[in-house]
Formats: sequence, structure tokens, C-alpha cells
Amino acid sequence: MTGGTSGAKVPAYARAVVAIPVALFAWFCTMVPQVAGGASLYWEVRWLPQQGIALGFHVDGLALLFALLITGIGSFILLYASEYMRGQAHVGRFTAFLVSFMLAMLGLVLSDNLVGLFVFWELTAVTSFLLIGYSHEEATARRAALQGLLVTGAGALAMLAGFVLLGEAAGTYSLREMLAGAGLADHPSYAAILALVLAGAFTKSAQFPFHFWLPNAMAAPTPVSAYLHSATMVKAGVFLLARVSPILGGTAEWAAVLTGVGAFTAVYSAAVALTRTDLKQVLAYSTVMALGTCVMFIGLPPGDGFAPGALAAVTAVFVHALYKAALFMAAGTIDRATGTRDLRALGGLGRAMPLTFAASALASLSMAGAPPFLGFLGKEMLYSTALDSPAGLWAVAAVFLASAMIVTVALLVGAFPFAGRRETARREPREGRWPLWVGSLTLGACALIGGLWAPAAFDSLLLPAASAVAGRGLEFHPHLWPGMKPEVLLSAATLAVGVIVYWRRAALLAGLGRALALIPVTGDRSYDASMAGIARLAAWHTRWVQCGTHRRYILVVFGTLGVGLAAAIAVKGVASWPTGLPGASAVEWTLAAMIAASALVTIRARSRLLAICALGVVGTGAALVFALYGAPDVALTQLMVETLVVVIVAMVLLKLPDFRGEVRQTWTGRWRDGIVAVTVGLAITLVLLAVLAEPKSRDLTAYFERTALPEGFGRNVVNVILVDFRGLDTLGEITVLAVASMAGFALIRWRAIRPARRAAARAEGRP
Amino acid sequence: MNTLVLRETTRILVALILVFSVFMLMRGHNEPGGGFVGGLIASIAFSLHAFVAGSAALRKVLRADPSRIGAVGLGLAIASGFVAAAGGDSPFLTSSWVTVSGIKVGSPLLFDVGVYLVVVGAVLTFVLGIKEEK
Repeated sequence: MTGGTSGAKVPAYARAVVAIPVALFAWFCTMVPQVAGGASLYWEVRWLPQQGIALGFHVDGLALLFALLITGIGSFILLYASEYMRGQAHVGRFTAFLVSFMLAMLGLVLSDNLVGLFVFWELTAVTSFLLIGYSHEEATARRAALQGLLVTGAGALAMLAGFVLLGEAAGTYSLREMLAGAGLADHPSYAAILALVLAGAFTKSAQFPFHFWLPNAMAAPTPVSAYLHSATMVKAGVFLLARVSPILGGTAEWAAVLTGVGAFTAVYSAAVALTRTDLKQVLAYSTVMALGTCVMFIGLPPGDGFAPGALAAVTAVFVHALYKAALFMAAGTIDRATGTRDLRALGGLGRAMPLTFAASALASLSMAGAPPFLGFLGKEMLYSTALDSPAGLWAVAAVFLASAMIVTVALLVGAFPFAGRRETARREPREGRWPLWVGSLTLGACALIGGLWAPAAFDSLLLPAASAVAGRGLEFHPHLWPGMKPEVLLSAATLAVGVIVYWRRAALLAGLGRALALIPVTGDRSYDASMAGIARLAAWHTRWVQCGTHRRYILVVFGTLGVGLAAAIAVKGVASWPTGLPGASAVEWTLAAMIAASALVTIRARSRLLAICALGVVGTGAALVFALYGAPDVALTQLMVETLVVVIVAMVLLKLPDFRGEVRQTWTGRWRDGIVAVTVGLAITLVLLAVLAEPKSRDLTAYFERTALPEGFGRNVVNVILVDFRGLDTLGEITVLAVASMAGFALIRWRAIRPARRAAARAEGRP
Repeated sequence: MNTLVLRETTRILVALILVFSVFMLMRGHNEPGGGFVGGLIASIAFSLHAFVAGSAALRKVLRADPSRIGAVGLGLAIASGFVAAAGGDSPFLTSSWVTVSGIKVGSPLLFDVGVYLVVVGAVLTFVLGIKEEK
């Protein structure tokens, strides 16, 4: 993404659109005092009242914290993107996707209804797909987009099943009502609900072993990485876990899975982050580490003293969103200024880009957990909570390992590119325009201010959020210097170890890289293997089922229909044979004879054109039958369809090669076709006779005849049903018709289009 | 396919059939007819034109790609569902009616026009697709 030209103009809408998140941010800010006071706000739009599903929006502490992050960071991201995407293709599309994502994400965190939450969850996945695949002409971007969609989509499907079970178990789909009720830990389907919901949360929040899609998603433009894939969307899984923890949490399974998976993810991805050299890859793996930490602390079983994991997790979310968005934006600015993101090629930018350096320094100090930044308080809280928990030593060890490595990562991304000698081979770097640094500088400053005025940040935002997670009111008084407590000593030790690793990184990181390379199975390779497996299965299935001969298809379809109907009749025993000839008028007999005769002609015809025309007569006969029995609408439609079928088939026949020299069918083939045809015909006849033998119910007919004129204002009952009473069915049918015509068109044109595309690709020099 | 008699009768027939198709569409609410049949009849008229004058001539008459006509029809049908919903709290596809100089006009008519266009678009997509195939 370095193709932008600085001469191009920024479209006015790209700047104007920043007003949307700013206005929303201001609106959410006005709710802070109320929500901090313990209240929660609720709006509702009727959606599917028949199913008890309403589009409910609910603002409590947790939702408000996320909403403020989404709109606050979103404002800076949109401003940043307007400058970053200057001169790129499809800026309008990009901006629209970004704003759509923001609204979907807001919907996700504010949704009260599980079904609504799921819909917004999927909308964020779709917008993420579109944004990762923004550079859709690059194969890596396409692959990353699809991978993200498939991994999170598969998880979301499992989650939907979990939501349905959850809704049925709780007797409501409203989260508020669920939270007000008792937990579901003793419900018989608890294990299934837990597994399915965790599948959704873990894939979305990139927990091991599903973490691989997130680093690949860095193929997206940097504003997207900063917004979706670090600050907001990937936190949706953490949000969901926090949201449902009063309902599903507190059990041994919950604690074991969350702490185990979270701790492993944190340590593993922190180690991987150290071995990467692409700035965005390093940041991506450190994001996975932060998500792992959040998951771990949501699951951490509480100890005797005060310090619920909820507060530590919520603080970690807040701290991470601030510093990571800032660092990503700075990384993008560096990329724009120097043309590279490779740490090995960067250095000495501090003098040329002082503002970006300042922003990066602030953010990475918070990331490292240096006092007096908010990150310091966050880490202190991690340690004190871990020390307090029954899982103590393990939790402390995991936090220590991951945090120490993250200190080194912070130095690598926040200090390394700016310090030392400048690489002279690259073009002269310059500070970016103001939209490029104002966001990261503000967010970095927020991390500092939040640390200095910690009580205000905790009272107004973090404590209400943690109280919503914990399900009870919490109190906490943060101190920048709590005295010589174990957590302070651990914090200091973490910083020291991180700095030593940074100092000695040449030897240490090479060893770490070799150790990680020994892991034989990675998620990414398993993903490729399973994708290839699906493709092989599809190819095998296609060879088996899709032989390409139209005759064979028709044979299979009608053979199945005939056998199925015959079996149903035999099993149900509903066959009712007619007794004696039915009394019918001369007209009816003539009609029947005409249909039978033209059917015979169709079979015996030596030319296809004759066969088609004879078949048309059969259809017309059927239309006359409808007309005779008082269904003029059906008759009319049947007649028109028959006409069109004859016209279209005749057209196809004109295109086909002369078939006089064609190989005639063998006698075995004719017998086989005959048997299938007779079976289907006989079975249909028997079904019709069985249906007619049933006593007729005229309730529906009477209802429609009674209401068509007064309620539908039409005397033609059939049409009133089609366009009014059952309009939704008709809408479905015409949608199918439109889609089918597209598919048919694609099939007809396929052979014509393919060589043309290939020629075009060759002309452009693509393979 | 290009005899003089066919060519000259087609000129009159196509116009007549098209008018008839609109007539069928409009009378559908009270007498046999409706958007589906109307669309089929119009498709027959257009197919006849394509048969006689060629697919390029049909495209010229249509002015828009048939798939686009179908898409517009589908959009119209969906939009008609929101007419009543926009006015009040009615569910999707509730009908709403107004009386214009003694004749009742309602969203079902809009819906039926949508059906008509979808049918025309779908059939002509096939017809032109086949006719233009190399």
C-alpha cells in the first residue's frame, strides 16, 4: 500500500464523514454520568414480535465503554484514513465500508437481543472481509479476506447454535432478562452451550489455535488494521465472554478453558511477535497476546480478597485499545514516509518525524507498562488479581512471561525505528500531514492522562463496565504508588527483563525463532490443508454426480421422483383405484384423446422440432383442462409458458448441430427410459387419485372468497392472493426467477466469456 | 426466418401483443390476468421481435439490458412492500390504497408491475443469451 500520490485531493466526503463518529461519541459521553451512577438505558424497535425478537439496544457500563472506544477511536481512524488513502482507488467504497463496520460494531455491543447481536456480529465479519480484501487484485489480500471470513464465520455458526440453546434454556433471548435471572451452570445443556459460544468468541478474538487469521488480516490497509483488527472487532469475542460471564461463568469448566486457552495464547503469540520483522506483523501478534490476556482474566477464578478478573480484563481492553490504535497509525505513517515496514530497514526517524515519534513513545510506554501510564495500572492489576486467584502461580508466570516479552516488543516498535542511524538508501522521510499524527498523539496522551488521573477513569468508565461483567457493584481505588507490594516488584522485574532482552536481542531472538520453527503444525497450514481437502472432495463429488449429459440428469431426477413417490404410496397404502369409467362429457373425452395422441406423437417423432411442437400441444391440452374447470388464470399462464417453452427450445434447436446423423438410442436405453416415464406417470396419477379421494376442505377458499374484495379490493381472488395476501411468497418466487435467470445466463455465456477473459489476462501479463 | 409476410405482420403483432400484455397486467386484479401472465405475454412479443429483426434490434428496442430490467422489477416489488410500512407500524408487504379520480390504486399494483418486469427480464435474458451465443 504505497501507491498513493501526495498530489491527489482528499475527497470532501472522506473528511465530512468524521462527523458521524464524533457526534455519536459526544452522544455517548452524555450518558456517562447516568451509567456511572448505576443506571442502564434501553431502547427497543419492534422487529419480529411473533418470535419474541425485538431490536433492543441496551447501554450499561460494559456497552458504554465499548461504544466510547468504537466511536472515539473511530473518529481518529476515519480522519487518518482520509489522509492515508489519498490518491488510492475506490476511496468512496473504502469509506463506506469503514462507516458500515463502525455502525455494525456499535450494534453488536449495544444489542440486548441475542439474535440481534448475532446479526451485527456477522455484519462486522462481512465488512471485515470487504476491508481486508480492499486490495482485491492481490492474491494475498484475497486469501486473507476469505480466511478471516471463513474462520470467524464457522465460529459464528457454532455460536448461533449456542445462542439458540442458550435462549431456549433461559426462556428468553434478551440479555437483560438473562442477566437478571439465575445462571445456567446447572442446566443440562450447559456444556453444549459453553462449547458453542466459546467457539464463536475464540475464533473472533483470535485465540489459539484459531489465531492465525488475524496476522494474515494485516493485508488490509493500515487504518483497517488499527481499527478492526486491534482496537474493536477482534475484541468482540472478549466482549461476548464478558457479557455472558454472569450467565455461563463461575464454573470449573469455564475457568479451566478460559484461563488455559487465554494464557497459552498470550505467551505463545508474545513469543512469535518477537521473531517478526514486519512492523504490522509484530503489532498483530502483540494484539493476539493482549486478547489472550483478556480472555484469561475473564475466566480467572476469583480469590478471597477483592480483585475480580473482570476489572483486570476490562482495564486491559481499554489500555490496549488506546495504545494499539496509536501504534498502528504510527506504523502506517512510517510506512507512508519511508516506503517500508521492515524493522531491519528502519532507524533514525526520530528527528525527521518528531510528532509520530512522540505518539509512538507515549503509546509504547503504556504498552510496556511504565509508570505513570495507564498501562502500568493495568499490569499492576493483572498481577494483583493473579496473585489473589487460586490459580495463582501459573497465572502469575503466564502474565510475567507474556508481559516481559511485550516490553521488548514495545521497545522494538516504539523506539527502534526512531533511534540509531538512518538507513540512507531509502527516500528522505518527512513528517506526515496533521491527520496522520493527531490521532495517535491524542490516544497516546490519553494513555498518559488516564494514568495520571486514574480515579476519574476508573470511576466513570472502568468500574461501571467491570460491575456489569461481575454482576455486582465494585469499588476500587487505583494508586500509582501503592507501596512495596509484590505486584509492584513484579512490574519492575517485568520491565527489567524486557529491557535486558531488548539489549541482548540479537542472540536471544535467533534462538527463539529456531525454537518456534520446530512446531510442526500451525493453524495456517492446517487451514490450507483443509481448504485443499474441501476442493478435492468437491472435485470428486462433481465428477461423480455431474456427468455432463442432460439425458442422464433427467433420468436421475425423474427416476428418483418416481421411485420416491411409488415407495411413499406403497408404504402409506393410500392407493385408491378408480372403479369404473368416470362420467365425462364429450368435450372432456376429446381433450383427453388429444393430449394422449400428441404425447404419442412426441415419443414417436423422428425430428426434434416435431417432438417439441407435439409436446407444446400436450401442454396446451393441460391449459384447456384448467380453463374447462374454472381456473382461467392458471390456464392462461400455462398457455403462455407452453408458448415460450416452444419458442426457446426451438431457438436452442436452431443452434444445435444437425442431428440426422446422430446415434439412435439402443433398445435397452429405450426400455429404461420407458420404465422411468411410466413409473413417474403412474405414481403421479395415483397420488392425484389419493388426493381427490380425501374429503375437500373449503375453509381457505371460503376465507379468500369472502375477504378478497373488502380487504384486497379485487374480484380476481387468485390475483389478490398472489399480490396481496401471499405477497411474500410471490416475492420469494420472483427472486428465485431473477436469480435463476442470472445463473442461466452465466451458463449460456460461460464458454464465450472464458476465452475472452483469458485473452484479456494474457494481454495484461497476468498468468 | 425472414419472410416478407412474417416481417410485416410482426410489426403490427408486436405492438398489439405488448398493449395486450399491459391490459392483462392492469385487469389482473378483477379479471383473469396479472403481472405474471402479462410479463409472459410481453416476453412473447419481444421474442417474436428478436426472431424476426434479430437480437441487436431487440436490444435497441429494450434500451436496457434484460437483467437490469429484472433487477428493477425486483427492486420495485420489494419497495412496494415498504409503502405501508413507511406510513405506520404495518409489517412488510401490507397493502395500502389511495383513490385517484374514482379508481383505487394501491401498492399491490406496484408489486404486480415488479412481477411483470422480473418475468420480462428473466425470459429475455435467456432468449437473448441463447440467440447471441456464438
